[in-house]
Amino acid sequence: MVTPFNIAAIREDFPILDQQVNGKPLIYFDNAATTQKPKAVLEALNHYYSFDNANIHRGIHALAERATAAYELTRKKIASFINAASTEQVIITSGTTGSINLVAQSFGRAFIEKGDQIIVSNLEHHSNIVPWQLIAQEKGASIKVIPVSDQGELDIEAFKGLLNDRVKLIAVNHVSNAIGTINPIEEIITLAHQVGAKVLIDGAQSVAHFEIDVQALDIDFLAFSAHKLFGPTGVGVLYGKKELLEAMPPYQGGGEMIKEVSFAGTTYNELPYKFEAGTPNIADVIAFGASFDYVASLPKNAIWEQEKDLLDYATTKLQAVEGLRIVGQAQYKIAVISFIIDGIHPQDIGVLLDQYGIAIRTGHHCAQPLMQRFDIVGTCRASFAFYNTREEIDAFVIALQKVVNMLA
Amino acid sequence: MGASINEIQDSLIEEFALFEDWTDKYEYLIDLGKKLPVMPEEFKTEENVIKGCQSRVWLHASFVDGKVVFEADSEAVIVKGLISMLICVLSNQTPSAILTADLYFIDAIGMSQHLAQTRSNGLLSMVKQMKNYALAFSAKV
Repeated sequence: MVTPFNIAAIREDFPILDQQVNGKPLIYFDNAATTQKPKAVLEALNHYYSFDNANIHRGIHALAERATAAYELTRKKIASFINAASTEQVIITSGTTGSINLVAQSFGRAFIEKGDQIIVSNLEHHSNIVPWQLIAQEKGASIKVIPVSDQGELDIEAFKGLLNDRVKLIAVNHVSNAIGTINPIEEIITLAHQVGAKVLIDGAQSVAHFEIDVQALDIDFLAFSAHKLFGPTGVGVLYGKKELLEAMPPYQGGGEMIKEVSFAGTTYNELPYKFEAGTPNIADVIAFGASFDYVASLPKNAIWEQEKDLLDYATTKLQAVEGLRIVGQAQYKIAVISFIIDGIHPQDIGVLLDQYGIAIRTGHHCAQPLMQRFDIVGTCRASFAFYNTREEIDAFVIALQKVVNMLA
Repeated sequence: MGASINEIQDSLIEEFALFEDWTDKYEYLIDLGKKLPVMPEEFKTEENVIKGCQSRVWLHASFVDGKVVFEADSEAVIVKGLISMLICVLSNQTPSAILTADLYFIDAIGMSQHLAQTRSNGLLSMVKQMKNYALAFSAKV
């Protein structure tokens, strides 16, 4: 296999990878939880606090102007990354969870009524379930669930059966965090729009792996996090169609989001500021801008090609481990392998792999309904990024076999 | 008269000092976990469960002849090994001895990371719960 880039050089861009954990070279296979950050992002963060730190949008001094320009430049990069028609449709939040709660509370308060329905899927992360349960409970609406097949794919025929004119919103992830399934969002959106329902796509697990074009896909809302896209924690994005965002009431009140305040009544700021109350996470937003430059500097499709190779390679290699079963064998997957081993609790595997310097995630992956669907307590999840290598997978499989022998 | 909490802790520390590397240590823990007496199903109730993010721990306590007797179980075998040691140290002790116990052995045998992971395995909550039982039983003394 010819890697699409110089992997040694790529790994040097991520200083954290070059370290020993428990006396062994770190193998970081927990990229679905959070990705590592390239030097460019770390330097942007450091540069901001060293030279440009000021509050944005209000100050008239030089630092405030530089900070504001850098902050707004990230918004432009986000808009261009997802092909949004305008920057005012890009709302900067605290993360995917913050973005989903914003839609649930604001869109939900204005447009969901008693007897309405919200559809989620059995593949969702808790953060794309609980916000909808909260608003549904408040409004007297109900939640319907798209079932999942044994392979871990959404049952689209069943989804069609759930659609009717009481469905106001469908909230699904683009990619499952727990088992890596890539969902057919284009088809889901087309079907939803036929009954007049809006669609929120949780893109937390997809944006780092492949391009997403909100206009081509006709997405109503897209939520994702910076930290899963090689950027800092504490920053997220909510994209929305302009007419929807304009019709939605403000979510949180405070500075930034107002035009004029008086005790007789307050008028609200324009988009996107209407939804950005208070001083935002300026430094991390600015550093997030460097993530887009970094991704753009890689050869086109390089991330996807490298990860696809790692997924295929690891899937084959893991067959050799006795008693191992991969949970989630969808036809279309990102480089995530969730597995269980007969008679062994996932937590024991995770604890011992850590002794070998290998970081994986074990547990229910904040997707308890999916674990219940497969009647398991949790899984071990290895999730790869383009800076991982086949050699790391070899070391992982050898260590896993030793761990299984210890526990068996 | 049984051994005191600190005598038991010291003997565990001595035992762990013999291990040459981490695999010996964990193999010992796994072995302890597998040997922990099976907890009767009737004790595995919602009331007795301590929920971790990754695995559940069950703890039951009874008060016999002025001593607290603990029984516990977990889904994960390494946690069971750790539980087994906690039981070895704290079970069959008086409420006042349990309440004032300083569990220094966990740090000394290099297992403190497991207690730090409160959300993942419920062990820290288990220690707290053991002390809570001791407190409740001390009222009966």
